[in-house]
Amino acid sequence: MIEAEQLTKRFGGRAVVDDVTFRCEPGTVTGFLGPNGAGKTTTMRMICGFSTPDSGRAGVLGGEYRRLPNPGRRVGVLLDASAQHGGRRGREALAISAQTMGVDEKRVDDLLGLVGLEKSAARKRVRQYSLGMRQRLGIANALIGEPEVLILDEPANGLDPEGMRWMRGLLRDFAERGGTVLLSSHLLHEVDAIADRLVIIGSGKIVAEGSKEELLSDSGTLVRADDGEALGRALAGAGLAARESEGGGFLVDAEPRAVGAAAQGGGVALVHLAPAGDAGLEQLFFDLTTDNGSEGDK
Amino acid sequence: MSAHAIDPNEMTTAAPAGRDRKPGLARLAKVELRKAADTRSGFWLLLGVVGLTLVAVFITALLAHEDQRTFNHILSNGLQPVGILLPVVGILLVSSEWSQRTALVSFALVPERARLLVAKLLGGIVLALVATAIALVLSVLGTAISSNSASDHWSLPLGLFLQDIVYVVTAMIVGVGFGAALQSSAPAIVLYFVLPVAFAALGSIHALSGVIDWISTEALEPLTTEVMSGHQWAQALVALALWMGIPLAIGLWRLTQRDVG
Repeated sequence: MIEAEQLTKRFGGRAVVDDVTFRCEPGTVTGFLGPNGAGKTTTMRMICGFSTPDSGRAGVLGGEYRRLPNPGRRVGVLLDASAQHGGRRGREALAISAQTMGVDEKRVDDLLGLVGLEKSAARKRVRQYSLGMRQRLGIANALIGEPEVLILDEPANGLDPEGMRWMRGLLRDFAERGGTVLLSSHLLHEVDAIADRLVIIGSGKIVAEGSKEELLSDSGTLVRADDGEALGRALAGAGLAARESEGGGFLVDAEPRAVGAAAQGGGVALVHLAPAGDAGLEQLFFDLTTDNGSEGDK
Repeated sequence: MSAHAIDPNEMTTAAPAGRDRKPGLARLAKVELRKAADTRSGFWLLLGVVGLTLVAVFITALLAHEDQRTFNHILSNGLQPVGILLPVVGILLVSSEWSQRTALVSFALVPERARLLVAKLLGGIVLALVATAIALVLSVLGTAISSNSASDHWSLPLGLFLQDIVYVVTAMIVGVGFGAALQSSAPAIVLYFVLPVAFAALGSIHALSGVIDWISTEALEPLTTEVMSGHQWAQALVALALWMGIPLAIGLWRLTQRDVG
């Protein structure tokens, strides 16, 4: 379990993390989503005791991270995949962590296999690793102590589509066994593919939170017509709040039924009418993060 | 590639057996010792120290003036690379956690940062003692092959040997201190070499020379060359307290007070 309670951190008077509260329960994969500079990393660093909150508190497994006697055996942490000594071999980096937390070094080879780093790659120095390989090494490092909680900052950054599928499988499996996962990303499609709960942060504030279904059901209807202008008039005529969607067409704050009726009323032929789903989530993310989720925009 | 490898069920609610056992200092020191040698730079630096010790020992044993070809003198020269270059390994042991950003991994596993610094000091001290042992063995070999007609050329006063150990161990502690205080490899290494020279230079100012005798690292030079007098010890101890104490105190303060960058 991971908890953040009214967590606040200021740098030079500016609140980088502002009154952030959320919880991650065992058995779930929570995606921590926000643009670069939104406060994701600072929040995760406070959870792991690297940074002291100015107010509020953060905890893991019911207590402060720093209180854990041997944290690697309870919580797997990957705060920055590039934070490894370039002159050290990949396998050795894992062996050091294993030795620090008192885990049998044999487990290192199991993990190298699990994250798909071949023997030849494991022998290379980390300096020669691609970002994707560093991410895999970082995930292996987080898993060495057989933790029950995983805290991963931008773990999908640098992974190819196959790598993303692999990570999704790995984290889902981890959660299904009762583990708790918090992973951050600045890309919606990454989090969307991996997480089942979302916490969206913009300018240091939580702007939306919930299961994917909850957020999707809020996201309205996506409708398209060849004659966009006519459709716009028809929607306005029916009194429906609509915005142009990023991908063309309109996002409407209403059920598909009402939107269809409005189009019929305006005599417009539709080419697409469906719950907005992912497109809506994208728009939601875009709106929430660009204008700090000001009220009435949703 | 077993699914078991990531089974979080093994640790259900409370901490399962053995998982909440704090890593002992001895284990952490062993890890630090390993970290000093398992990187490319660390490995070559250590090899360089051994190589220079070898060179210093055999040049003294074979080429020095005959009355200098004593075990005691050969060892004194052989320890110079250990006293001068090995502390750089100590510096890197701490500063590379920032320069290479491994602090994010190290402190995640050992959140008590002061404890990690103590482990680094212990690891560094062990390294200094091992290097001393190597210098000792090489000096024995060097003395054996050097020709010296004097009968007492094997003598090494116990006091001087203990001073040798004080010399290398304290040099290592100063190195770790500089690494901890500056948290950055290049400035720490530069200052580690430049500051002693600067202090020695200040000693040439007549008005300051009395004070400088007590705080410059020149007070440490007799450690490997002669059995020191009480006055020399007093000067050396004052200098050591400053050169070890101030960087370590700054390092400890920065480590515990500030957010890890």
